[in-house]
Amino acid sequence: MTQQTPTPPAGSHEPAAEHMTTNRSSSSTTVTESSGSTAGAVHGGSSPSWTHKVTDPSFWADWAALIGLVALCVVFQIGNTTFLSTNNIQAMLVAASILVVLSLGQTFVISTAGIDLSIASAMTLGAVSFGSAFGNGQPIWLCCVFAVLGSAAVGVVNGLLIGVAGITDFIVTLGTLSAAAGVALVVSDGQPTTIFDTFLLRLSTGGIGRIGWPVVVAAVLAVIAHVVMFHTRFGTHVLAAGGSKEAATATGISVGRIKVAVYSISGTMAGIGAILLVARIGASEPAANTQFLLNSVAAVVLGGVSLFGGRATIVGPVLGALLLTALANGLTLLGVSEFYQPVAVGGVVILAALITRFQK
Amino acid sequence: MTTQANSPASSTTGTPIIEVRDLSLAFGNVQALKDVSLQLRPGEVTAVVGDNGAGKSTVVRCISGIHKADSGVIHYNGSPVSFHNPEQAREAGIETVHQNLALVDDLTVWQNLYLNREIVRGVGPLGLLDRRAMRKGAQEMVSTLAVNVPAVSSRVRRLSGGQRQAVAICRAAGFSSKLVIMDEPTAALGVQETARVEELIIRLKSEGRAVLLISHNFAQVLRLSDQVWVMRAGRCVAGRRTAETDGEEIVALITGAKAA
Repeated sequence: MTQQTPTPPAGSHEPAAEHMTTNRSSSSTTVTESSGSTAGAVHGGSSPSWTHKVTDPSFWADWAALIGLVALCVVFQIGNTTFLSTNNIQAMLVAASILVVLSLGQTFVISTAGIDLSIASAMTLGAVSFGSAFGNGQPIWLCCVFAVLGSAAVGVVNGLLIGVAGITDFIVTLGTLSAAAGVALVVSDGQPTTIFDTFLLRLSTGGIGRIGWPVVVAAVLAVIAHVVMFHTRFGTHVLAAGGSKEAATATGISVGRIKVAVYSISGTMAGIGAILLVARIGASEPAANTQFLLNSVAAVVLGGVSLFGGRATIVGPVLGALLLTALANGLTLLGVSEFYQPVAVGGVVILAALITRFQK
Repeated sequence: MTTQANSPASSTTGTPIIEVRDLSLAFGNVQALKDVSLQLRPGEVTAVVGDNGAGKSTVVRCISGIHKADSGVIHYNGSPVSFHNPEQAREAGIETVHQNLALVDDLTVWQNLYLNREIVRGVGPLGLLDRRAMRKGAQEMVSTLAVNVPAVSSRVRRLSGGQRQAVAICRAAGFSSKLVIMDEPTAALGVQETARVEELIIRLKSEGRAVLLISHNFAQVLRLSDQVWVMRAGRCVAGRRTAETDGEEIVALITGAKAA
């Protein structure tokens, strides 16, 4: 793509322009406090001082996941010194990997102001597809392909219904949430399939050094997701479609096609999550996995991604997923009843949503 | 065509960049355009004025590829064209500044300037954005038009109404467009911001581009334009060189108090 700049005009710099710019910048320094980081925060100019940043609620909202994670680590470490032991950190990272992968898919969807309520059901369907391929004596690589295809199919259906048929995200994915879970039950006849395979065993127990393979997979996918979101045309168009549908359409971006793509990505991530899930529990189960749905949305919200679309990060949801996993792990270490965990997760999410009210 | 004879534009030299001939368009029973003929010249600001519902926006939308006329032809740079969508018109060098500006608030100025025209390195779907080149290009676009935007890396959300308008015009002016269409560009702006946008329009003109301006502000039309076309009830009833007319005559033509 080439870009030709227009030839410079005959008349050069206007004094009026300079006047107005200086006006703006001087006024912006006085209002920084109330309106968050105004013009001062934008590049080029001097960044606001550290104290300004810390007193700005928007800063806390943007970094809610990281701050929460650090706070949790401090609290849990005081309560139980094994929390930050190498072994426990390793275990937490492995435990977080599936949620991280799902959160990546959910991030793309939420960036377009959508929501994928079917993500956990899609993962279940993927796991069941894996199991039924395995039960038919297929090689393990083909089982993995089936898992991804099974989950991705749900995403593609979501995308077509939302992007092409124009039905509301919430309704479509609520429908496929139920439908995919139902298909999983039908295909598996409600029975789990035990899976014995050396590849899966190595996937769940091995790794590079002390870092487990699931963590490696999640990390690699996170890096890819970051590059796609912020360094490709597609990523920019995702954010544009989420930020302003009208503007995206006016510049020739097909919002419908973007929707199909992000839901397909979400479905594919659910498929990869399904492989990790089957490897972890050594069986494919038609279980509902509801906590993965709630936690994937929670991780994205904690990560400072706007539910109204147009604003996203990848590192935020990853930290959000780590925070939720650390929360569950820490509560267990402190001997708090398992029943309190959903209460804690719910509280944290609502707190995060409350903080994002201050986001600018 | 009776209006053709009245058109003083035919007396000026140079080929028109756009020549609309006998354009008609009906939406169901409503005849939105009836045998509309007008011309736009490069290096000129051409204004289209008329009452609400006179067909100004419809003519403009035919030129920018949003509507397709039932009959009549549009010549662009001397050859007949028929755009099926705005994208084709854009590729041909006809840019429109939409009334809602079509900016994404959460993206930066440079991202908006390059929206759907991003510079990539690498091939096909593996192409990565060349953010540095786009930031540099955006900086050039902004400084060339002396637009007072704080920084090309600032989010559009932080910009004032006039600055947003400037960014939208900047986007339309960049990428070597030959015709920039503006629909009520200063309707929502304050006095000072209006003045700056008008400066921008004059600068586009001085660069040799054609500007098509729809405005309800007669003072602005008289200030900026070189040629005025008056529309009434779906017809283009008159064309005047701005220098040879005044506000009173234009109002009379718009209301029909004076026949063309």
